[in-house]
Amino acid sequence: MSSFSVTEPSTRSKWFAGTMVIIYALVTMVPLAWIMLTGFKSPSDAISYPPKVVFEPTLEGYVNLFTTRTRQTPEYLEANPPQTWYDEIVREYDMVIAGPSKFGERFLNSVIIGFGSTFLSIFLGTLAAYAFSRFKIPFADDLLFFILSTRMMPPIAVAIPIFLMYRQLGLSDTHLGMILLYTGVNISLAVWLLKGFIDEIPLEYEEAALIDGYTRFQAFYKVVLPQAATGIASTAIFCLIFAWNEYAFAVLLTSGTAQTAPPFIPTIIGVGGLDWPAVAAGATIFLLPVMIFTILLRKHLLRGITFGAVRK
Amino acid sequence: MSETPATRAASATPPSVARKIKGLSDRAIAWIFVGPTIFLLLAINIFPLIWTINLSFTNFKANRIGREVKNVGLRNYERILSDSDIWLNMQATAHFLFWTIFFQVLIGFTLAYLINKKFKGNDLWTTIIVLPMMLSPAVVGNFWKFLYQPQIGLFNYIVAFFTGKEPSSFEMLGSVQLAPWSIVIVDTWMWTPFVMLICLAGLRSIPDYIYEAAEVDRASKLRQFFTITIPMVLPFLMLAVLFRGIENFKMFDLVVQLTGGGPGSTTELTSINLKREAFEKWRTGYASAYAIILFVTVFGLASIYVKALNKVKER
Amino acid sequence: MNNLKLASVSALSIAAASMASSAQAEDLTLCWAAWDPANALVELSKEFEAQSGHTMSFEFIPWPNFADRMLNELNSGGKLCDLLIGDSQWIGGGAENGHYVKLNDFFDSEGISMSDFADATVYAYSTWPKGTPNYYALPAMGDANGWFYRKDWFARDDIKAAFKEATGRDLAEPKSQKELLEIAQFFQGREIDGKTVYGASIFTERGSEGITMGITSALYPWGFKYENTPGSYDMDGAVNSPEAVEALEFYKEFYETATPPGYTNSYMGESLDAFKSGQVAMAMNWFAFFPGLYADPNTGGEKIDFFVNPPQNQAGSTLGGQGISVVAYSDKQDAALEYIKWFANPDVQAKWWSLGGYSAHNSVLNDPGFKDSAPFAGDFLEAMGSVQDFWQEPAYAELLLAMQKRMHDYVVADQGTAQEALDKLVEDWTEVFEDEGKL
Repeated sequence: MSSFSVTEPSTRSKWFAGTMVIIYALVTMVPLAWIMLTGFKSPSDAISYPPKVVFEPTLEGYVNLFTTRTRQTPEYLEANPPQTWYDEIVREYDMVIAGPSKFGERFLNSVIIGFGSTFLSIFLGTLAAYAFSRFKIPFADDLLFFILSTRMMPPIAVAIPIFLMYRQLGLSDTHLGMILLYTGVNISLAVWLLKGFIDEIPLEYEEAALIDGYTRFQAFYKVVLPQAATGIASTAIFCLIFAWNEYAFAVLLTSGTAQTAPPFIPTIIGVGGLDWPAVAAGATIFLLPVMIFTILLRKHLLRGITFGAVRK
Repeated sequence: MSETPATRAASATPPSVARKIKGLSDRAIAWIFVGPTIFLLLAINIFPLIWTINLSFTNFKANRIGREVKNVGLRNYERILSDSDIWLNMQATAHFLFWTIFFQVLIGFTLAYLINKKFKGNDLWTTIIVLPMMLSPAVVGNFWKFLYQPQIGLFNYIVAFFTGKEPSSFEMLGSVQLAPWSIVIVDTWMWTPFVMLICLAGLRSIPDYIYEAAEVDRASKLRQFFTITIPMVLPFLMLAVLFRGIENFKMFDLVVQLTGGGPGSTTELTSINLKREAFEKWRTGYASAYAIILFVTVFGLASIYVKALNKVKER
Repeated sequence: MNNLKLASVSALSIAAASMASSAQAEDLTLCWAAWDPANALVELSKEFEAQSGHTMSFEFIPWPNFADRMLNELNSGGKLCDLLIGDSQWIGGGAENGHYVKLNDFFDSEGISMSDFADATVYAYSTWPKGTPNYYALPAMGDANGWFYRKDWFARDDIKAAFKEATGRDLAEPKSQKELLEIAQFFQGREIDGKTVYGASIFTERGSEGITMGITSALYPWGFKYENTPGSYDMDGAVNSPEAVEALEFYKEFYETATPPGYTNSYMGESLDAFKSGQVAMAMNWFAFFPGLYADPNTGGEKIDFFVNPPQNQAGSTLGGQGISVVAYSDKQDAALEYIKWFANPDVQAKWWSLGGYSAHNSVLNDPGFKDSAPFAGDFLEAMGSVQDFWQEPAYAELLLAMQKRMHDYVVADQGTAQEALDKLVEDWTEVFEDEGKL
């Protein structure tokens, strides 16, 4: 860059812009920070008025998130002294830990369904994207547009026939059913994005390989795939985030066995009403992986969220 | 934006190379590669869509398995289109759509413009700003419900701090006047970064020499903004609006967690209403017709919009 | 329909046959709402596990999602639950759509007699069509909507004097709905121990059944009827009668003048929170919570007392409570039936009541010591004597959702008049019954 350029903003305007953006970023972080803080509050601190910014941190929310508890008689409590630090936290309320809560299971469901559908979407999507990119396929443009338009249906509308279909096939509330469904939804994104990435790989590499005696499969496997690795990885993260965050299908098509965390977290209740610290703890654990992925993904973010329509 | 995937037609392998390929023919491989995807799309998208169309002409109820299913012709469609309550839901959706897009474009563009000043550390702050949109809307919506609690909620408290009002004197989610705005606020908080990112890409796509030429012509900064910046970013902005429009037309998870459609039916967006018809009342046939109407609406509006977008791009 | 009934009957006979041969240890899942009595049932069930060798798992869902989730589960033919303690209004759909196993043969063969259970509960929780001896559930938990109040506040001299001055009456448990409102209005906004308190928390929830359950607690005492002639579905003139309009206007006035701010979407949990945090003088809620409220270290014991939903033109309480059913899609019906057999045992029923569950068994209810066994036991018997329930039709969800919408639109969103709201409700319900082919 030249030392003076008409397009280079002045120092003053940079300062101004920087200050405004930082203020916005800080304000936008407040709700997220509040979720994380609330996870370390005691239930009474969480609902105190005025809201407490300074408080004594406790892991009560996390203990409540992972356990179920029952109230016990004083005699029982005296006869069974607390064994661990989490026993002690619960004991302050004259309760004992009765067992693990369902949160672990639901979180595991999210992981299984998230990774399962991501793997399948990427596997099928890469193959299809390669074919769309390299071969002449009849009606390719129509097909591609059609693949995209399926994302325009409201999920509730899609869920009506899927519900009936899954009931017939016995796929309701199963991991397989949810993996297939999320793959069906994600594959359009995967094909679009991956086709864009593969389009960018020069044809010459493959042609050279083919002339060297590679089969098409080998050329695809040994030449194209390594080149597309970054694109595949970022597409995979997008698919994973979608499946991870999805709520509408999960709430309608699962009830327990295969229920994921998003429909479960809002229903974590304590004694009486919602147990806000436990909800916040669950939300924190659930949101953190996505935040990390977002930071890893920042270079390809734009491409992912616009179906590859905008590249940078 | 320089090229969309569709514009770059699948490039065929040159015949000279094709002749030398060993193994399966390209044609066979193409179908093997595309086949599973097409099958999955048929099974999860097309077949259900056709089924939905079929159901929409019946009085089928998914919770009444033994009951005789009658063909009712267009009755479901007539009922929906003449139902004044559904028009109210459409209005609530339109209000939500219009204002979320309005604020997101306004704030998103401003932010992008500021970030494009390339101050030190702009990458880091951009990443931070982007975080909300990647999170689970249901989980976030549920937590915003907590922030909106009168008295104990942070939102009310902050508003009270700046306005001097009592925090419990207003209810963001419970009042008929405020509830439609409470969902606009959360959606704007979540999705402004989306518009911002796309605008930023637009701003960065403008080559420096255009501004330099304008500078030579002694065009004022303001004039440069309106004659260069805005027209060049417009296609990007329109694309952002298209995406947000489609997404918010489908809106379900965030709002269902925040207000559940209440108070009364003030924030009952069409998707929430559709869920009630389909999965709480189990009027499957009726809800199918409803779903088709929504699909045709969004598809129709999007098609018209895409035509407009292409015209802008051609200019 | 017929072949479905056949299917469940044959499933039952298979179950009975396999029961006779060998009892295999199973892991049974029982589904219910997540609330105090559910925890008591976990305690109670340990005895069953020890006796039978089966293990019990539980799936408890918070009330606002309970109906939604469970009806979805049943309608998808899911196998999550072997046993379901389903809400009273589900019985019509559960029976007609073949979700629940019909229990008549099982009761006969095991010598379980429905006459051992309180008539009102058998009628409400077990039978379909209503009142016929076709049983799809065993009464598990009797319940009705009642009230509780801050006894310590009602006993304070300064508050008593202020109330006398304001109303000319003595402050005591209300004898009518209008007295109830008067007391609530008296407490609304009052300073007690330096804190602003409010009248009462009532049900206003939109999403599931909350506001309907609250409003019917006003409608029934005013003499509300669903039909002019029972069984004829002629609702015009009954549902929108002048009494119903008056009751609905009463509820709206209650909501506007005697409830804490921000309770625009409140149901069981919010009602408990408001009371336990010392915000309200009175609150409505289900009897099911009363043992827990009485045991509460802050607002229980000497500080709380209970009363039945007050009469107005007549006595009337909104029915809650559930029966326990065997899910027709379960693979473990024999073990599930074993659980029901065990649960019907009078000794188990007595223990159920002592743990905080509301037994419907006559041996418990008719026990001379029952009335004094808890401060709310007598109120419970009184309430169960005049309970009414919402529609239990297979189309109950459609009927309920229509009422939720019309009531919330009028009471909370302040749209239209009470007359209009009820007129529209009659229209909605008429449409539902026309679709059903019943009109």
